[in-house]
Amino acid sequence: MIREYTSVGEVTGPLMVVEKVENVAYGELVQVTTSLGEKRFGQVLEVSEDKAVVQLFEGTKGIDTKNTRVRFVGETMQLPVSEEMLGRVFSGRGSPIDDGPQIIAKQTLDINGSPINPFRRHHPEDFIQTGVSTIDLMNTLVRGQKLPIFSGAGLPHNQLAAQIARQATVLGKKESFAVVFAAMGITNEEALFFQNEFKRTGASERVVMFLNLADDPAIERIITPRIALTTAEYLAFEKGMHVLVILTDLTNYCEALREISAARNEVPGRRGYPGYMYTDLAMLYERAGKIKDRDGSITQIPILTLPDDDITHPIPDLTGYITEGQFVMSRDLHRKGIYPPVDVLPSLSRLMKNGIGDGKTADYHNNLSDQLYSSYAKGRELRDLVAVVGEESLDELDKLYLKLADAFEEKFVKQGLTKNRTIEKTLDLAWELVSMLPKTELKRIKTDYIEKYYKGSGEDEKGKLAGAIGTDVSTDVSMSSATLDVSLSQKGKKKRKVA
Amino acid sequence: MANVTKGRISKIAGPVVVASGMKGSKMYDVVRVGKEELLGEIIQLRHDKAIIQVYEDTTGVRPKEPVYSTQKPLTIELGPGLIANIYDGIARPLADISKQSGDFIARGIALPALDRKKVWEFNPIVKKGQKVEQGQVLGTVKESEIIEHRILVPVGVRGEITNIKSGKMTVMDTAVTIKTKKGSKTVNLYQEWPVRMPRPFQKKLVPITPLVTGQRVFDTFFPVAKGGTAAIPGPFGSGKTVTQHSLAKWSDADVIVYVGCGERGNEMTEVLSDFPKLIDPKSGKPLMERTVLIANTSNMPVAAREASVYTGVTIAEYFRDMGYDSALMADSTSRWAEAMREIGARLEEMPGEEGYPAYLASRLAQFYERAGPVVTLNEKQGSVSIIGAVSPPGGDFSEPVTQNTLRMTKVFWALDAPLAYRRHFPAINWLTSYSLYTDELQKYFAKEVSKEYPVLRREAMALLQKEAELQEIVQLVGPDALPEEEKLVLFTSKSLKEDFLQQNAYHDVDAFCSLEKQYLMLKTIMGYYERAKEAIDRGVRVGKISSLKVNETVARMKENKDIDKNSKDILAEIEKELSKMEKESTMSMGVAKE
Repeated sequence: MIREYTSVGEVTGPLMVVEKVENVAYGELVQVTTSLGEKRFGQVLEVSEDKAVVQLFEGTKGIDTKNTRVRFVGETMQLPVSEEMLGRVFSGRGSPIDDGPQIIAKQTLDINGSPINPFRRHHPEDFIQTGVSTIDLMNTLVRGQKLPIFSGAGLPHNQLAAQIARQATVLGKKESFAVVFAAMGITNEEALFFQNEFKRTGASERVVMFLNLADDPAIERIITPRIALTTAEYLAFEKGMHVLVILTDLTNYCEALREISAARNEVPGRRGYPGYMYTDLAMLYERAGKIKDRDGSITQIPILTLPDDDITHPIPDLTGYITEGQFVMSRDLHRKGIYPPVDVLPSLSRLMKNGIGDGKTADYHNNLSDQLYSSYAKGRELRDLVAVVGEESLDELDKLYLKLADAFEEKFVKQGLTKNRTIEKTLDLAWELVSMLPKTELKRIKTDYIEKYYKGSGEDEKGKLAGAIGTDVSTDVSMSSATLDVSLSQKGKKKRKVA
Repeated sequence: MANVTKGRISKIAGPVVVASGMKGSKMYDVVRVGKEELLGEIIQLRHDKAIIQVYEDTTGVRPKEPVYSTQKPLTIELGPGLIANIYDGIARPLADISKQSGDFIARGIALPALDRKKVWEFNPIVKKGQKVEQGQVLGTVKESEIIEHRILVPVGVRGEITNIKSGKMTVMDTAVTIKTKKGSKTVNLYQEWPVRMPRPFQKKLVPITPLVTGQRVFDTFFPVAKGGTAAIPGPFGSGKTVTQHSLAKWSDADVIVYVGCGERGNEMTEVLSDFPKLIDPKSGKPLMERTVLIANTSNMPVAAREASVYTGVTIAEYFRDMGYDSALMADSTSRWAEAMREIGARLEEMPGEEGYPAYLASRLAQFYERAGPVVTLNEKQGSVSIIGAVSPPGGDFSEPVTQNTLRMTKVFWALDAPLAYRRHFPAINWLTSYSLYTDELQKYFAKEVSKEYPVLRREAMALLQKEAELQEIVQLVGPDALPEEEKLVLFTSKSLKEDFLQQNAYHDVDAFCSLEKQYLMLKTIMGYYERAKEAIDRGVRVGKISSLKVNETVARMKENKDIDKNSKDILAEIEKELSKMEKESTMSMGVAKE
């Protein structure tokens, strides 16, 4: 039964109220034809016995209260899906915009999906090598994880996301993968960057793109990620592919959410964002994961640009509470010319410990990462201190920590846009860094590992060490570990016991 | 459904549905909404209109569809089969849901919490003709390797037993028949209880025994009592969930109820996959055998999230009534508060602070008041401890949920982002955290562990306080300007922080630390401090002490399984190395130079 009405009573912001309606379902899809014959889509947000509040995805411009025809389609918003979608480009609401043919549906799915039963989830545990040292060693990405990039305006988050998409591999396995890319309100230029990047690396055929650009209707952003994730779910759980989903930029998505909320006169939560934003975001992020007895997986990398680099802003804050960690980009590192400028201290991967260890990366991986974390943190603290009291007042040990912090940024974090480091190389580099400290300082590492892998003796020969680290830092990134290797390993092992 | 009122839907807005023609329904009655019979609860009544919060997604529901009232508040089934099971917020078993609807959760599923077909062995301990009171134990069922499930006379029932069976039966079979004043009453192995109503007991007691968590920072510095309440607020990434997991794993409670309220799905999966593998240090059996899980993840319906903490605490109380010490971990109560806010906003209630409903404080208070050690109806002692995680937006502890929680709970474990960034875990800030049970529990520690223990604790705490003051000076003038004694304070505090407070939740030995070991570790570190103070008086420099070989042994104490045997050796080693150094420094007296 298709019901058409011309009884639009009220239009405010992205919403319109249709009166004298009958038997309308909550969440139902709505088709609107304006007086000029233009077709639009919407969704029922609230319904009572004779009134329905409809949210229009393409805005309310051109809607009138006399001639606009509203048709209730009778079902919730569905997406036709098929494997043919790979390699195609779609608009933010899922229609092809690449001159290709329409998609012939293998299946039609509700874009809102259903929650995965926690009992049926498979705990993510496959290590993904991204080739980025700060990620692989210290914030390991695991298949089925949702790990956002917290960035700021003007920082190279797109480059990092593209680099991860390009380099990500699961060691020792050759499996079918796909990338689903959802753009929400990003500029045409940014979208082109990703498109070209995928084309350049020959990955285009494995990519599905959904583009809602900055000049597209803001409200459409509400459905773009849902469509993308529905596609991803189909590819992952029906077709057994390992899907990487890149969502950018969630900040624009949340703005759209706030716009609708404001139009509905809802009681606002923090900074005007609706009180249900946590639940709404969870509905997106929780669609990542792996399911028992099914082959595929969905790994999500959402990108957020933090307004004013403020990590306590409601958008990153609520995101951080749902996602399994975060990569945080640092403006300071970026200014120093370090790429990728990942600040490891506030970054975190909650699922890391499942993806690393013996048989996956190395048995000492966790120890080593913890050690580097705490040593670098100490070095950073000392930097602040030095700014006040000067380096002279530090003892010798503290000076080593300072050196370590510098070397960590210049050699380990900095690696360049195209450098793809294997996990072995990354681990090696990390050992060299921690070996700048005397063995007694390495409390996070088991003694056996120290005996086996510790390079050089750190305590004496400070001068030499400092020299080695201090020079040639600004040159080519690709030579990074080689330099360190020579200067440190020459000193031989256990030259003299400490104390 | 017998005896129902039938109304019809007049309005739908997300999880809130308004139904008319509902006269005769009571507040908090459970209703079935629409053709799909979605589960809901009445939260407001206006004349013949009932405002209902629906526990499932309402997409596709239409006005004029029917609404049935069950005339009963939200109840859950309590009986054998709860242990080692995983439920959603309204106690539907997730394993059974997956049998019906596959890997994703469909709507309109009604399933009993307890397995109807599973056969239990019932061993009665009362006899025919015996007079029984409410709450009395009728018999037992071995529910798991660890838990002996005691079947209780339901609340409000007293009389004489006219028939009692023993042996194999399901939860549906009549086990006992009791003749009461109001006629004959049959008792099954399970009973029902409305979740929003606290279960009765005789009286509350003062908490005097610690809930030993095996976590040094908690047990030694900020202990919680059995029957106590604790709050763990912290920004994201500071380790709330890992801490809650550690507590659920290692606490010496008899039964653990873990509520994942609006949190991540993968975390619940982790509990599900880890707990059966982990061994309870007390019983030697898998931890899952004493655990009940409630999982209402962030993408599951918001109203069921609101109910999940009540479901959890009711189960904890039920085991308490059997005479057990149960502990409830709620992660996170902020999500529960947000669920209240979301529902409140949909009802267009006048909001209180930060949009939260004005009744936030009283709801939190009611919830935490369900904790406590009690004398049960059956004259036994049991307790419910509640440990609630709080997720303050932006890590700002001044927000309403944290503040209202702190007014209720006696223990405050403050998680700290800077500590977490440094990978100092558990990231509990030792300066801002507190426990109001400390004084009460010191008596227990002095008696059960050692008289010295409370003294050492005080001294160590004072040292850490002093260190914080010194750090401020260091920030201005650098560490070199401090006198030697104060440098030693910095040195020992560093050792306290790194070698004692930090604990690795994933290390085989370090994950759980007995009280005895905690005491010995603290004794060693503080003993070292006292001895080093003397050495400094004799001219030894702290710079030298910090390069002693024994420091590494001290640092590795946490990984040492036999600390009870080794602690004396370590102290002897400290003595040896320090006296050697003293001799060296007296020999080069006056020219002592670093």
